Amino acid sequence: MNTDLSILSERPQALAMPRGRIVGAYLTEMRSEIVRYLRNPGFLLPTMLFPTVFYLMFGVFLASKNSADASRYLLAAYGTFGVMAPGLFGFGVSLAMERETGLLTLKRALPMPPFAYLLGKMVMAMLIAAGVMTMLVVLATTLGHVSLTGGQLVQLYATNVPGVLPFCALGLFIGTFVKGQAAPALINLVYLPMAFLSGLWFPVSVLPKFIGNVVAPLLPSYHLNALALDAVGIAKVAPLPHVLMLATFTALVSWVAARRLRRIG
Amino acid sequence: MLRTEQGVLARLTQATKSYGKVRALDGVDLQLRGGELLALLGPNGAGKTTAIGLLLGLLRADAGAVELFGQDPQAIDARRHIGVMLQDAALPPTLRVGELIRLVASYYPAPCTVAESAELAGVSDLLKRPYGKLSGGQQRRVQFALAICGRPKLLFLDEPTVGMDIEARRRLWDAIRHLVAEGNGVVLTTHYLEEAEALADRVCVMARGKVISEGSVDALRARVAMKRVRCTTRVAPAEVAQWAGVAEATMEGDRLCISTEAPEAVLRRLLALDADLSALEVRAAGLAEAFTELTRDDAASSLQEAA
Repeated sequence: MNTDLSILSERPQALAMPRGRIVGAYLTEMRSEIVRYLRNPGFLLPTMLFPTVFYLMFGVFLASKNSADASRYLLAAYGTFGVMAPGLFGFGVSLAMERETGLLTLKRALPMPPFAYLLGKMVMAMLIAAGVMTMLVVLATTLGHVSLTGGQLVQLYATNVPGVLPFCALGLFIGTFVKGQAAPALINLVYLPMAFLSGLWFPVSVLPKFIGNVVAPLLPSYHLNALALDAVGIAKVAPLPHVLMLATFTALVSWVAARRLRRIG
Repeated sequence: MLRTEQGVLARLTQATKSYGKVRALDGVDLQLRGGELLALLGPNGAGKTTAIGLLLGLLRADAGAVELFGQDPQAIDARRHIGVMLQDAALPPTLRVGELIRLVASYYPAPCTVAESAELAGVSDLLKRPYGKLSGGQQRRVQFALAICGRPKLLFLDEPTVGMDIEARRRLWDAIRHLVAEGNGVVLTTHYLEEAEALADRVCVMARGKVISEGSVDALRARVAMKRVRCTTRVAPAEVAQWAGVAEATMEGDRLCISTEAPEAVLRRLLALDADLSALEVRAAGLAEAFTELTRDDAASSLQEAA
């Protein structure tokens, strides 16, 4: 045997995990999660291209014949639609897959800081959200002739990039119910009706009253969209109630999901 | 040092775990010590996976105590002293081997370098390859690298050599023996009894959620009075199988192979029938026979219970 086994001999006394190494673990986990998805175009491309193509069709080609305001309105709506996907699919599908393939079991057995796993996925989802927003903004300001001030742009990104988090929580929650290939179908069953019911395709005002007044305000996408409409200058809203609703939703749903995850693994 | 009394690194005390009405683990006591390799054997559904799951903090015991380095296994501090290789964990296929090792090493306080871990597991030439492009045996080696990269004091190996070629298996065995010689503990579950025979200091056989036998490989073998007789003869196995004291008689290639508690009497009869008998060999039962016998008794009693 030519392997030098003495490597294992030079083992130090048991020591506590230095703080620097904990930070290192978080960063390494995050980096792995990002690299892993960047190398997986099967996940990345649909997530990025769906909202972009929809916006190009309905928000640019069809809407700009009517008015620039339609393109502006739909920039907010498809922006919301676009940032829902990386959260829902990024968390839901990957959790369901990793539960099925045993990767999550291995990670739970290893001394991985538990929050590092979630943080890695959250950062990845926010990066994809930023990417989706950038493609939409480029389409809106060039082909769609929507003019946005610097302040509006900053506000839009500041809304939609962290705005992916409630959907990460919801994805996590859904991912605790299904394993493997069943996840994408179930998530679409949540994603698409949710987009419709919160007025992303038709304004809430043209939907039946019950939906507009009762159902929509229960959905995180409705509140995120209200903030996005404010950001692009369509409607003036007081941001605080919407932000509070989103924060409460995120906290509540993640708490339930984490509890379920601890129980079922 | 976190080492507790008498070098016990981890233990189950009267651990019980049920899934619905199925009692997967029924009052199991198990101790894992430093400097010792414990082979955990048993048929599928015997409770091995549940026992390991409790020790790794993946499951919670319904009753009894589970300790890992004197702590609850769900405490991350306790798990910083263990390395894990699970049987079916699909690692991210798009990550490269070096990236995977770096990631897992980042969880530990004082890990080996990536190059060192790779060298030990024999995957130095694979560091730049995506995990998903490797063969089954190569993937197992990478998983071993991940298990040892944190310099664990206690290593959990679940079927570590499935799909490995002989050279890779031997290399892995060397690394495992070295770890044990250094005072580390290893828990091995395997279907290859020769592997348990080659490596284990202590063997624990489980069946239906209970430990049915525990001791050294020799002690386990000695529990089984069975000897193996092999020879080339014209006497038919069907005939020999009827004789008193013969548990089993089969053909292996062109040789007759007999398991018996009374080898002397069987040989006398054989030689009387066939004076030209050749290539005679009499051996003590291996772990495989011992294991078969232990679990056969158990299978029989469980059948009776079911009836």
